[in-house]
Amino acid sequence: MEGVLHQVLSGIASGGIYASVALALVMIYQATHHVNFAQGEMATFSTYIALTLINFGLPYWIAFILTVVISFLIGLLIERVLMRPMMDAPVLASVGVFIGLLLIINSCTGWAFDYMIKTFPTPFPGGPVLFSGYVSGHELGATGVTLVVLLAVYLFFRHTKLGLAMRAAAFNPVSARLVGIRVGWMLALGWGLAASIGAVAGMMVAPIVYLDPNMMAGILLYAFAGALLGGIDNPLGAVLGGFAVGIIENLAGAYVVGTELKLTVALVIIVAVLVVKPSGLLGRTVLSRV
Amino acid sequence: MARNAALAVLVWLAVAFVPTFLFSDYHLFQLTMVIVYAIAILGLAILTGFNGQISLGHGAFYAIGAYVTAILTYQYNVPYWATLPVSAIVCAVVGFLIGLPALRLGGLYLALTTFALAVAVPQLLKHNALEPWTGGVQGLVIDKPDAPFGLDLSPDQWLYLFTLFIGALLFLLAWNVVRGRIGRAMMAIRDHALAAEAMGIDIALLKTRTFALSALYTGVAGSLGAIVVQFVAPDSFGIFVSIYFFVGLVCGGVASIGGAIFGGLFIEFVPNLAEKVSKAAPGAVYGVILIAVMFLMPAGAAGFVRSLVVRFRRGAKSADIGAANKGESGSDTIAAPAIVRHGVGPDAGVNRRL
Repeated sequence: MEGVLHQVLSGIASGGIYASVALALVMIYQATHHVNFAQGEMATFSTYIALTLINFGLPYWIAFILTVVISFLIGLLIERVLMRPMMDAPVLASVGVFIGLLLIINSCTGWAFDYMIKTFPTPFPGGPVLFSGYVSGHELGATGVTLVVLLAVYLFFRHTKLGLAMRAAAFNPVSARLVGIRVGWMLALGWGLAASIGAVAGMMVAPIVYLDPNMMAGILLYAFAGALLGGIDNPLGAVLGGFAVGIIENLAGAYVVGTELKLTVALVIIVAVLVVKPSGLLGRTVLSRV
Repeated sequence: MARNAALAVLVWLAVAFVPTFLFSDYHLFQLTMVIVYAIAILGLAILTGFNGQISLGHGAFYAIGAYVTAILTYQYNVPYWATLPVSAIVCAVVGFLIGLPALRLGGLYLALTTFALAVAVPQLLKHNALEPWTGGVQGLVIDKPDAPFGLDLSPDQWLYLFTLFIGALLFLLAWNVVRGRIGRAMMAIRDHALAAEAMGIDIALLKTRTFALSALYTGVAGSLGAIVVQFVAPDSFGIFVSIYFFVGLVCGGVASIGGAIFGGLFIEFVPNLAEKVSKAAPGAVYGVILIAVMFLMPAGAAGFVRSLVVRFRRGAKSADIGAANKGESGSDTIAAPAIVRHGVGPDAGVNRRL
């Protein structure tokens, strides 16, 4: 029983990371109906920026904030330059651009920061602290940071004028434009926010899985699974889905399939959700009139 | 017209035959890999280009084909040529099974699922339960086949001809499928599923069958690739194989049989060129090319060549007729339907979202 508890707790810790990346995916999907296949690579790139800043001698939290800001700007830039013309392009074209972006960022990361596996510092005190040593300090801290980010995003979208405008732009671009919202900029802001959330996720996961250019590939897969499980057009659902996938992944890894097949668990979740309930747990069922 | 086409095919085959005796073994090996990749991309083109189902995971079928061949030759001493039909059948069945849930997944969701499949494949291949067959992380080695019937050919020459033969067969088959009733039904589903259904096309059946056919092609390519490279290991079938197929497909031309050959050339030779452009980041060159193609010539290299041919012919014609009606046949009128036909127009290739 204690083993199960342990698995659930560490599932929550990794689930927090998946939830963040899933949230980033959903934010872009909601606004543009694009799935950002390059989300993971963007987060990895941001994490390297953070490492560089820390190696310059900046204190961790300053580097953290700077990274979030820089990532925001990068996300903004990508939307303005690459995604803008792809707004109404067919699925194949947008997938093509995302895959191109993935390749570019991935190899630029490797080129700029080399392919060696690196350790990434954690700001949280090491060693097991709570729950009779089941959760490490970093896991606990990372979960805390994730929850703070999620709460901040929630408050931003619920209680600020800008958040409302962004939701309006995603929900109904035409009407939003009519009431004076600059829809294009709202989408760009959404991209920036998604990049920032991804950056936080990257910095939180890097101390656990170590930093290398392909760090986020598996995590992106779990985030996809989480987003689909929760409903790909529902941010809250994506967060819950992310946590659920983290727990399922850990339990399945420990008791069912073993650690070697953990990625397959994500595949199975994705297929199962799409076959059984394609709209996800909290998603809207989209009816299209043809 | 058909006769011209047949003649063209024969000419191309003759041209393809020439390098056998002119090129060094290494260059022949490269050309063989071009054919292998072209077959794999052709499989993807049938699915994505002609049927509008986006797959980012065809590396998985390539891996399955390669492993079927490797396991049969290594563990059971089956001759290499006899493994091709087996891997074709295995991949078609797997493709059919994966096509079943794929039916419910429009556009993006299918891309996501196949992406997940491709990421998961190396782990599956490494798994302990399969190790007695797959050789685990170590992989399997395949002997290079000698030329049969006492032919005076080096193994590389023989493999090139063998691959060329299989490739020509598969291209001919694909060409016939796409031109015929089934091909038109496939394209009808891509362009307007509802109308296609109203015309009496069984969408579910045809989509899964297309998926199976596509998997078959890529699987056979995997088998040939394994024989040519003489080695399979889980880590050579990562997500990047699938992504390269996708890149090759897009750069060659999505809905074009000939485009697959461009795609094969692209995958085999561009990495070398890319390394010359930027030693450290060849992937970035790939990505830049992919995005540039998306923006600048959405019908790929094949579409580009075709539009050149069209322009050339029109130029010749309008020289005869005179410049009077030149303005009427502006390039848009010709180019627009071409783009729509190749699955990158405003509505083509987009499955209805769920």
